[in-house]
Amino acid sequence: MYKEICAKYAPTKDNLIYILHEIQDTHPQHYISEEAVQAISEYLKVPENHIYGVLTFYSMYSTKPRGKNIIRLCESPPCYIKGSDNVLRKLKSILNVSVGETTKDGKFTLELCACLGVCGNAPVMMINDDVYGDLSEEKVEEIIDKIRGRN
Amino acid sequence: MSLKRIDLLICCGSGCVSAGSLKIKERFHEVLAEHNITSEVNIIETGCMGPCDYGPVMVIYPEGIFYKKVTVDDVAEIVSEHFVKGRPVSRLMLHDEEKAIAAQKDVPFYQKQVKVALENCGYIDPESLDEYIATGGYEALGTVLTEMKPQDVIDLIKESGLRGRGGGGFPTHIKWQMVHDNKADEKYIICNGDEGDPGAFMDRSLLEGDPHRILEGMMIAAYAMGATNGFFYIRAEYPLAIKRIKMAIEQAKEVGLMGKDIFGSGFCFDAEVRTGAGAFVCGEEMALIHSIEGMRGNPTPKLHILLCRSWGKPTVVNNVETIGNIPTIFRKGAEWFSSMGTEKSKGTKVFALTGDIKNTGLVEVPMGITLRELIFDVGGGMIGNHKFKAVQLGGPSGGCLTVDHLDTGVDYESSKNAVP
Amino acid sequence: MKTLADLKKIREKAQEDMKLRGGNVRIKIVVGMGTSGIAMGAREVMKTFLEEIAARNLTDVLVTQTGEKGLSSMEPVVDLIEEGKPKVTYGNMNPDKVKKSGG
Ligand SMILES: Cc1cc2nc3c(=O)[nH]c(=O)nc-3n(C[C@H](O)[C@H](O)[C@H](O)COP(=O)(O)O)c2cc1C
Ligand code: FES
Repeated sequence: MYKEICAKYAPTKDNLIYILHEIQDTHPQHYISEEAVQAISEYLKVPENHIYGVLTFYSMYSTKPRGKNIIRLCESPPCYIKGSDNVLRKLKSILNVSVGETTKDGKFTLELCACLGVCGNAPVMMINDDVYGDLSEEKVEEIIDKIRGRN
Repeated sequence: MSLKRIDLLICCGSGCVSAGSLKIKERFHEVLAEHNITSEVNIIETGCMGPCDYGPVMVIYPEGIFYKKVTVDDVAEIVSEHFVKGRPVSRLMLHDEEKAIAAQKDVPFYQKQVKVALENCGYIDPESLDEYIATGGYEALGTVLTEMKPQDVIDLIKESGLRGRGGGGFPTHIKWQMVHDNKADEKYIICNGDEGDPGAFMDRSLLEGDPHRILEGMMIAAYAMGATNGFFYIRAEYPLAIKRIKMAIEQAKEVGLMGKDIFGSGFCFDAEVRTGAGAFVCGEEMALIHSIEGMRGNPTPKLHILLCRSWGKPTVVNNVETIGNIPTIFRKGAEWFSSMGTEKSKGTKVFALTGDIKNTGLVEVPMGITLRELIFDVGGGMIGNHKFKAVQLGGPSGGCLTVDHLDTGVDYESSKNAVP
Repeated sequence: MKTLADLKKIREKAQEDMKLRGGNVRIKIVVGMGTSGIAMGAREVMKTFLEEIAARNLTDVLVTQTGEKGLSSMEPVVDLIEEGKPKVTYGNMNPDKVKKSGG
């Protein structure tokens, strides 16, 4: 499977970031495994340590298995001013996890991130590719319930 | 084809989308069908209209009526009252001391603004090449390619006084001249859409709301310095911006506005999108170049302080907003552009207003306007009329200013001097 | 697209499609669409205007609507505003009259 993804891109070094993105996005647990790194290393003919170097530099990549849905709550100042800490507390309590952890059912991973550039509607979070703004404690509960019901 | 009588512009910038504008659009389709007037109304998804705090917002033409905080439940009323009976719903308009403000142009938020880079943002459908062309799009590129020499292009930018909007305020023409004068078989231009500063979303809104403008500006710049390849480096947190730029590139290629022998001038240009993966420092130009090359985004020293190289070739990195100004400068002239702003900071600047301010959102004002005007006149002042304490200008690299500095002008020099 | 003239052609056509957002409009047709107007058939009148204008390929005419004009007995009421000329108000409109007025 990793080989197939690699083969979609030309075997040049500058495609590394895209290959990593696609492997992570298509993996049900949204992470990059050791096998994946080996496969990329063979395909691009670059040492594994180079790949780990890149992989660990960027905050969006994970080397640990994660949940089906990745929640990324913005922790930058404009969101903080608008109460992102309350939203975080709420998320932790309804999901029963700390930051960086995955729920027992494997449905959600809770992460913090820097500004998502939607600060006009702070506080903001992204779940996968969708942005949710003007968050309140009630609103996050609703959003999580809805996603829970969907999958 | 039947004629439309209403243009319904729904803001689909990320702010309004996060507030539910896509669901509202779906609902409009349903309700219009119920009333059997689907064929009379044009529903257009636009880029950010600016007042994100009031999202989801929309403007209805020909009257130019502005509605705020529209919910799915309001759609039926808008259609049956406004569209069918011609009675705009004043409940959904902005109110100024109890009086409803109907037209978008009368909303105070818009009145002190001067839109150059944001000219089309929130006014056209960003996914339509035709609408961009209707506003005069690609005319500047055509004129530049067929009537001007690269050096003339650089000279005109010099005359306009354009300086980089990416933070440093570096005169754009000097960077271009460096690459122009450097002989090489290949040269690159990179549009910096990394925008990592917390609180900033100017570049996202531009990329999402008027992607063809950025494409056109990039091609003019590329022609000036002899680049044949361009990269849009857009952070992965901006999926919509990535999608829109990719789409714009496809559209431009399809009609021959990008590719080989553009406007029969012999100029060839190709562009592609590259994305980051979450690293603030990748906004710095050398870090960005390393990231595009597929490496860790570490900033490294350059051989020459002004000249970047990617894959060893001369490269210019320009910010999204810098590039966004270029087509308009060529359409309206250097003199027009330099008539706005201060002595050393020409033109306008886009600001993202966030925090405890009444009108959060995206605004464009002439350089040199004071912080007071920006915060109180355009931004509407503090929420709940609280006392103003401090404002942070720019990102983590900017400084915090207090009440004492409210009369500081927002331009490169004054803000630099004011920050302690 | 190879020349500036090609671009201009596309622009003219595209501006046409965007004329509701302001642009060159020679004639503005304002249909009174209050409750009584609609009761008297203003919707049909408006529709016919739209169809006729499209059929005749008139590019500088804009159709829009307004609320009750207060002249219930004359509904449907239509204002015809032509640039540089005084406004003309037509009463008791119907689709047939619309078709004729375009001729
Ligand atoms: C840490 C750091 C972060 C930066 N982030 C950005 C950014 O997000 N966007 C940007 O356009 N420029 C950013 N810059 C500035 C760029 O290095 C570069 O000067 C700019 O893109 C040049 O474009 P301009 O001349 O059009 O302003 C950053 C610089 C540093 C040192
Ligand atoms: S600060 Fe949270 S989205 Fe910008």
